Amino acid sequence: MNDKLHLDKAHLLEQLKQMLRIRLFEEKCAELYAQEKIRGFLHLYIGEEAVGVMAALSPEDNIVATYREHGHALARGLSMQSVMAEMYGRTNGCSKGRGGSMHLFDKKQHFYGGNAIVGGGLPLATGLAMANKQLKKSAIAVCFFGEGAVAEGEFHEVMNLAVLWQLPILFICENNGYAMGTALALSESETNIAKKAHSYGMPAWQVDGMNVVNVEAATTKAVQYVRSHQQPYFLECQTYRFRGHSSFDGQLYRDKAEIEQWKKHGPVKQLKHWLIQNHQLSDNDFNRIESQIKQEIIEAINFAEQGQWEPVEDLCKDVYSPATPKINTKAEQGGLA
Amino acid sequence: MKVQTNSSEKMTYREALRAGIEQCLNDDERTFLMGEDVGRYGGCYGVSKGLFEHYGAERIIDTPLCESGFVGVGIGAALGGMRPIVEVMTVNFSLLAMDQIVNSAATLRHMSGGQLNVPVVIRMACGAGLQLAAQHSHSWENLYAHIPGLKVLSPATHNDARYMLSQAIQDPDPVLIFEHVMLLNNQGEVFNAPDADMEKAVVRKQGTDITLITYGGSLPKVLMAACALEALNINVEVVDLRCLRPLDNHTILASVKKTHRAIIIDEGWKTGSLAGEISAIIMEQAFWYLDAPVQRVCTQEVPIPYPSHLEQAALPQVEQIIRCATILFAGEQ
Ligand SMILES: Cc1ncc(C[n+]2csc(CCOP(=O)(O)OP(=O)(O)O)c2C)c(N)n1
Ligand SMILES: [Mg+2]
Repeated sequence: MNDKLHLDKAHLLEQLKQMLRIRLFEEKCAELYAQEKIRGFLHLYIGEEAVGVMAALSPEDNIVATYREHGHALARGLSMQSVMAEMYGRTNGCSKGRGGSMHLFDKKQHFYGGNAIVGGGLPLATGLAMANKQLKKSAIAVCFFGEGAVAEGEFHEVMNLAVLWQLPILFICENNGYAMGTALALSESETNIAKKAHSYGMPAWQVDGMNVVNVEAATTKAVQYVRSHQQPYFLECQTYRFRGHSSFDGQLYRDKAEIEQWKKHGPVKQLKHWLIQNHQLSDNDFNRIESQIKQEIIEAINFAEQGQWEPVEDLCKDVYSPATPKINTKAEQGGLA
Repeated sequence: MKVQTNSSEKMTYREALRAGIEQCLNDDERTFLMGEDVGRYGGCYGVSKGLFEHYGAERIIDTPLCESGFVGVGIGAALGGMRPIVEVMTVNFSLLAMDQIVNSAATLRHMSGGQLNVPVVIRMACGAGLQLAAQHSHSWENLYAHIPGLKVLSPATHNDARYMLSQAIQDPDPVLIFEHVMLLNNQGEVFNAPDADMEKAVVRKQGTDITLITYGGSLPKVLMAACALEALNINVEVVDLRCLRPLDNHTILASVKKTHRAIIIDEGWKTGSLAGEISAIIMEQAFWYLDAPVQRVCTQEVPIPYPSHLEQAALPQVEQIIRCATILFAGEQ
């Protein structure tokens, strides 16, 4: 568990590597999408990687994310192979191929998806926090959601419940400025989201979501607070997505210049430059990291390509749990007419 | 199998429900009851009266008015290892929680490739008859029975009111229970064991001439009609569905194959109803056994009106059931 912020070289290199893994993985996903290997919706996290790396969390903490969750899944420790295979829809995927890009799950890693209803993950994560509290577990729940969800009723219902019932949950709003094509200012009367959350009575802060060190410092503090106080905490990470909302987006709603402006201080770029400037990273180091990741991606694709299609005979599997042992009924006791 | 006589106890349907909740709370520490006014108020229909005093605020949890929020929290708590009983005041308000029920509870097991399951029970009052007008009287069991991933129960008898919850809470998947408001005050018998598995339909009256298929609040009406029909020498069989998803097709079809005629009595609107579904099942799987077209007695296609005479005119009534059965039986004599 990372209660203190490590600013040592090894840790920063690890952060860089995690962000780069997400970046390169998703760039490859976009290519595979164009080749129709990956279908359905594909929401890329490119530009927002600093928010999703989650270095401050413990392995037993419960994560709930949105449909834009490839990064969270990889950072959480789902293997790149199982994530890629899921995007291919194969049975060796992390959700056995039933979920696809928007529904990555891994119970062992306490990764609860992959929710594609805007705001839908908020009550679930709050319920997980309630269970952790009642079962006296030290795990906390962490809920990632876009700023678009703030307009949903469920957001406000859950802010209230989490504070009212003092639940150990960390809310992380990924404020990338747009909900599909609608800019925040066009959907919120109050665009300071942390302020809204704060009004419910929990600590709430805005964080520079393009800077992984800032995000880690803020989340470390937040996680400590949630764990020790058993109370909710809110972070609004201000970030930006460099790509379209999904694979179907003409991006008519924003200027190219705006994108370029944000790219200048993109999360990978920022950390890489800082490390180079401070003589913590050489071109060689960087190339080595990059080629390791590229190798991992090749292996992930091979794994996915070799995955099986689930037989159609199994179509209706996993709708219900397997039958459970019956309990005694009156009929079995011979008493029913 | 040892035959033993079942001792029985008289109580109201409401008391039977409460005894069921108490059993679940006593049997499993992970179980809690959560909902609007379930605690200090005692439940909007008085079902949970006294439980708050006995079990305390940690296990009988009053929630704010936020159906989507607290139903979703119940689902999340179930994911996290609890066994919550969530009460939604009435089915009418459950529409505000439908997203969580349909998009989360019903889908999580499937979307996760079988990794997760959601052992939550969601109870709600349903049905018309109290002159509560068009926003408090409906029967939407059918909406939920449409959804794969959910199980939907409709306890019509006191014994089912008593035991179905404890069966549901042991189920690893989300179960919805509909409690008809017109049954709450009725006295009836509760035995020392459930009538059957929660997913089984039960034949409440044996007969040879027509199968009357029903569930929930309509069962007492159907049994009354059955009595009256007896006097007219029409010997009907009454099937109480009990579980609306999955449907116990086997029991339905076995009865229809025996009687060769069927009427479905359903407090939902006829259009798109569960009655329509059952009729289709009979048509698909027992068509050649039928001596007459399947009939339906359902609620009229109107939001439930306030005045008593109009409300009653909208709902399936004993007289209608008798008339329908008489005509059906006479039809091919
Ligand atoms: C309840 C609901 N309404 C609408 C949609 C369609 N939709 C999908 S993503 C999205 C935008 C959400 O934006 P935001 O919450 O900011 O997340 P981001 O995509 O920016 O990460 C919309 C409107 C949905 N999935 N769910
Ligand atoms: Mg957004």
